[in-house]
Amino acid sequence: MNKPELLIPAGSAEQMAAYAEAGADALLVGDKRYGLRLPGDVPAEALRRAVPEAHKAGVKVYAALNHIMDNDTVRTLPDYVKELAAAGVDAVVYGDPAVLAAVKAHAPQLALHWNAEMTSTNWATASFWGRKGATRVVAARELNLEELAEMASRLKGVMEVEVQVHGMTNIYHSKRKLLHNYTEHLGRPSEGQSYNPERGLYLVEQERPTERFPIYEDESGTHVMSSDDICMLENLPELMDAGIASFKIESVLKSAEYNIAALRSYRACIDAYCTDPAGFTFDQTWLETIQALQPSDRELSYGFFYKEQVY
Amino acid sequence: MTTVLERRARGRRVRLERPELLAPAGSLEKLKFAVHYGADAVYIGGQKYGLRSAADNFTFEEMREGVEFASRYGAKVFVATNIYAHNEDIEGLEDYLRNLQDVGIAAIIVADPLIVETAKRVAPKLEIHLSTQQSTMNWQAVQFWKDEGVERVVLAREASMAEIDEIKRHVDVEIEVFIHGAMCSSYSGRCVLSNHFTDRDSNRGGCCQSCRWKYDLFAGGTAAEGPIARDVPVFDEGDDPFMMSAKDLCMIEHIPDLIESGVDSFKIEGRMKSVHYVATVVNAYRQAIDAYFDDPERYELKREWLEEIYKAANRPVNTGFFYDEPGHEEHIFGPEDKAVQFDFVGLVTDYDADTGIATVQQRNYFKPGQEVEFFGPDGTHFKQIVEHLWDENGAELSAARHPLQPIRLKTAAPVKPFDMMRKRTGPKQ
Repeated sequence: MNKPELLIPAGSAEQMAAYAEAGADALLVGDKRYGLRLPGDVPAEALRRAVPEAHKAGVKVYAALNHIMDNDTVRTLPDYVKELAAAGVDAVVYGDPAVLAAVKAHAPQLALHWNAEMTSTNWATASFWGRKGATRVVAARELNLEELAEMASRLKGVMEVEVQVHGMTNIYHSKRKLLHNYTEHLGRPSEGQSYNPERGLYLVEQERPTERFPIYEDESGTHVMSSDDICMLENLPELMDAGIASFKIESVLKSAEYNIAALRSYRACIDAYCTDPAGFTFDQTWLETIQALQPSDRELSYGFFYKEQVY
Repeated sequence: MTTVLERRARGRRVRLERPELLAPAGSLEKLKFAVHYGADAVYIGGQKYGLRSAADNFTFEEMREGVEFASRYGAKVFVATNIYAHNEDIEGLEDYLRNLQDVGIAAIIVADPLIVETAKRVAPKLEIHLSTQQSTMNWQAVQFWKDEGVERVVLAREASMAEIDEIKRHVDVEIEVFIHGAMCSSYSGRCVLSNHFTDRDSNRGGCCQSCRWKYDLFAGGTAAEGPIARDVPVFDEGDDPFMMSAKDLCMIEHIPDLIESGVDSFKIEGRMKSVHYVATVVNAYRQAIDAYFDDPERYELKREWLEEIYKAANRPVNTGFFYDEPGHEEHIFGPEDKAVQFDFVGLVTDYDADTGIATVQQRNYFKPGQEVEFFGPDGTHFKQIVEHLWDENGAELSAARHPLQPIRLKTAAPVKPFDMMRKRTGPKQ
């Protein structure tokens, strides 16, 4: 069995080092002008030092360019992708075709990972982007395990499939500044108010009082996040058997301590299973260390992995 | 479109072609009304692959009839096949697209590249319009899709007039924008609230509009701040709840800007809306576009177009992202005012010029003594008090209370089939 990659977004050079040390095989970093919902900014200049460090530790670095791009941003893409290539970044994660065009024209040495968030939903469309040059599809979190397994099997030898296995997911992204708007609607000053992730804002739908949906605003608009955290740790062997190439732990809105604990548990589980699939037994302490740090108002769930949705 | 106008717009000389007015048609009847009231093209949903699984979607037989009806007016029919497919949706797609081509559909509206590629292979006569679900808002992405063989790109609703201008300058491909109707407040496709709240897949037609539900907003603070700072409501008792609800888009006051931007197709949202809504909105935009091309120098917004639109509007309206980022007044927080002031009460099916008596198919309750308004696409527009009502056999009626019953009444002016009769809602008269 090919050992799957363990991937985590990092928000600073320090986090990059700490997450690599905790067992990450790959780090996702970026600049908020181009990447969405990152745990912090790692500008291209900082990558010139941080990427070689990561590489020395055998860890890959991917840059997030998954924003929906406007004309102004597109103008700056050629320079940015050249800087990323010069820093030695391994791959670019994109959703907008404008990024694909910029990489092919200005930094063809960068690998391309296609990630259209909620809309990367079938293997045939992934293979379309594969023919355009992408080597990996980042699958939508709303797919179930059967759909993911079929995707991986159809794309075998052609494209890798990356799946989020832990943490919260984005469930709504608007360009609108809805928190600013709401404050102003209530007749209060929005000037000087912080709507950033650190404030810990969350929504409670009036019919569902026990679920808390984090919400924050940044330069790219308003983001609403899931009320639960995916945790596929116990079921990781099923995903490995399905041929998933990369497992992502989402680090956003979580402490570095939490993320490091999650990385260590997933690292141990992957290593144990890959070393001896037949003799593998799940070690409960892997899960318990995560549970000990899990915020009490956020359930650990299987996301959509075992669900059938209707429409 | 045929009318071409040379003029200087925004400091440059441009050739303006009459844009297409594209209307929604949730059913065969709505299709007929949209076309009769002036749509150059309509878009409909089939039994599969569309984003309105709750709509009264078309069978192939109905599509054939719709295409035939529209062709009498020189109008085209498009089909929305704009889901993001899952693996299981792939089977059957080829046959479905071939059938669309066979029944004479002019174009499909597509979000998923899988469907773009399949259509080009198995149904090459179908034009491909890239759906707003792709949230395309830069010229480079538009160029990419053009190179992929897409004939038209429906831009993201987040694109501003200046951005649309720049896209039109960079790429020679048809551009369509939404000019009227309800809007996702999220980037289209970038919302799975329905999936999380109800296990319904929003990007395959299961959207249950959770963005318009009511939410309370709290500040949790950071763990470092300790328990005291946690869970503070960011509202007071009696404050409106938080919502993600956008007001509806309405660009009737900005038709010259839209035409001069060179946008090729003006799209009205609303496959789930009523026949009255579709007819009224199409009628207003048709008149505004035609008035501009009749005499661009002397074009003036007519109050009656606005008034007409407000008679059908479901929600307060605004101009979305065209001129500025939407502010707090562009969103709906708290109770939604029901803006509709009129009910569609009857549809004219016949008129006897000798007696001045019209036959009207009943669509809602009305009775003698009430004020009603007639309107239609060719200038019919007057109010009158309902006098006597008779059934088909000439028996006098105290009220029109049976759905779809043919009713005869004297009208104050001549009317034509397809003209509509509406009545102000509110306190009973």
